[in-house]
Amino acid sequence: MKSDLGFYDFNPYINRPRIKWPNGARIAFWVAPNIEYYELEPPPNPTRQAWARPLPDVQMYSSRDYGNRVGHWRVMEAMDRHGVRGSVSLNVALCDHHPEIIKDCADRGWEFYSHGIYNTRFVFNMDKDQERAMIKDVFDTVKKHTGQTVSGWLSPALTYNEWTLDLLAEAGVQYVCDLFHDDQPQPVNVDNGRLISVPYSLEMNDIIAYNVNQIPPRQYLNQIKACFDQLYKEGAESGTVMCIPLHGYAVGHPHRIAAFEEALEYITGHDDVWVTTGREIAEWYYAHNYDQAVEHLKLVKGA
Amino acid sequence: MAISDDYLKYPKRAHGMDHDRYDWSMIQDRPPLKWPGDAKVAVCVMVALEFFPLDQPAKPFKAPGGMATPYPDLRHYTLRDYGNRIGFYRVIKVLDELGVKPTVAFNSVVAERYPQLVDEVNRRDGEILAYGVDMGKLHHGEMAIEEEAELVRQSVASLRQASGQAVTGWWSPARSESMNTLDLIAAEGIEYVCDWINDDLPYPIRSKNGQIHSMPISHDIDDQTIISGYHQSEDDFVDQVCDAFDIHMADSKTHGGRVFTLTIHPWMSGQPHRIKSLKRALSHVMGTSGVWSATASEILDAFKKQG
Repeated sequence: MKSDLGFYDFNPYINRPRIKWPNGARIAFWVAPNIEYYELEPPPNPTRQAWARPLPDVQMYSSRDYGNRVGHWRVMEAMDRHGVRGSVSLNVALCDHHPEIIKDCADRGWEFYSHGIYNTRFVFNMDKDQERAMIKDVFDTVKKHTGQTVSGWLSPALTYNEWTLDLLAEAGVQYVCDLFHDDQPQPVNVDNGRLISVPYSLEMNDIIAYNVNQIPPRQYLNQIKACFDQLYKEGAESGTVMCIPLHGYAVGHPHRIAAFEEALEYITGHDDVWVTTGREIAEWYYAHNYDQAVEHLKLVKGA
Repeated sequence: MAISDDYLKYPKRAHGMDHDRYDWSMIQDRPPLKWPGDAKVAVCVMVALEFFPLDQPAKPFKAPGGMATPYPDLRHYTLRDYGNRIGFYRVIKVLDELGVKPTVAFNSVVAERYPQLVDEVNRRDGEILAYGVDMGKLHHGEMAIEEEAELVRQSVASLRQASGQAVTGWWSPARSESMNTLDLIAAEGIEYVCDWINDDLPYPIRSKNGQIHSMPISHDIDDQTIISGYHQSEDDFVDQVCDAFDIHMADSKTHGGRVFTLTIHPWMSGQPHRIKSLKRALSHVMGTSGVWSATASEILDAFKKQG
């Protein structure tokens, strides 16, 4: 193990090159529904157990399945009402299990990016070739079912190896959601090619709010509004990014959906908000900001 | 050493579920349901009557709410038993006042120890369902099928004997099942199971002994989940119960009849400082027009007639 893997350089939140979003927007806002498939009887991985209880863990398995049977529909309708497209963090096996969900998202022009094959298959203990094979499977599956070329990546169940980000860049991934170090896109240091991080946010993630911090929906709504207000204010100086990562099995419950919808209403009710997708943020950043950012980082390092 | 290449094989990666217990179905694609009297939302309040034994085993895990300190943990044992002595009577009074027909899940040991509780349910024409033997006797994937079959038999037979009811519902303590549980309960004449928290509506579920149904009995808005599990306030509990109900009511207007269920633990909601919160939440539900207060079986029967 190492103390740091050197994926990025220190870049203080002061005197950075200004980011200008399209049409003078102050903030790029994107919503990332995680659409996941958890297996009832996943094979064991020696580093991490998929379920806490002896198999079958009916309570946990069925709580996840709620997202696909019910929650996703509720989330999708709420997003439709506020004109928000999703950037789907996809366990790609879902294309095979539940193509109906994929079609509903594709019909709405949503982006699909990778969240691995299943949320119960971790990259721990894979060697590089196995991990490459998994990445290729993801690209092939998304292409076959949606026609889209995967641009973004959030590692399945947030599991990693030291080389994971290098392999992603090598495979052509444009942006990763796995780094939580910044409120603006940032270059990522990889062996070959180029890669950026797009802010995804654990703090705004419904699972962190509801399952880890265990806060009530109204408090989650207040946190989202406060987060938006601050990033919107700072975005007048240089463009910021805010993401709401969500899960149909969490935010899609009847006791939580109203808070999520009110958050969407609040954010999209402001002027100068670029309501967009992960891929569009990455493309804009590469076209307008990436080179400048790399030069700036050299200066910071030199100083 | 790298993990076996089998870890990158996905034999169940195909349309539908990765098991054959139930069919894949999205709620928005199902035909709209109708309830008696053109009600919009069927309301089922599930009261959980639990016995947490002092010698509750730690393996394979303890049901939430169980013994926590070294033996003998009188503190948790008595606080849970409080629900059966005091809490239940406060809760049932609220249900009476609001006209809620009770569905009561009994650990069979509770009915054996405290038959007076069975009488209270029977004289209200409430439904009794089987909730295992006690909170220390979990059903789980590492147990022998014979051992589990005996637990199921014991629970169902005891409750039928104690109540004189058909006892057609099953809820596994801690919602924990083995791969055999559905087959074993169906063999004992059980018609619905409350362990699967993946839907807002009933749906058919397969067993080797015939088809039964899954009933959508709440977990995420339970008093125990919100107040004990998440350490949220009583007001937060009321908000979430009311919000959930309002969404079901709204959904019913565009998508057909819905089911609202609320699971109550008398050792929690029956505390003197919490009972008013339960009443506030249920007053909102029962004070809305278009609700049908029913037992789980009555809801299931109305559902099956439409299938």
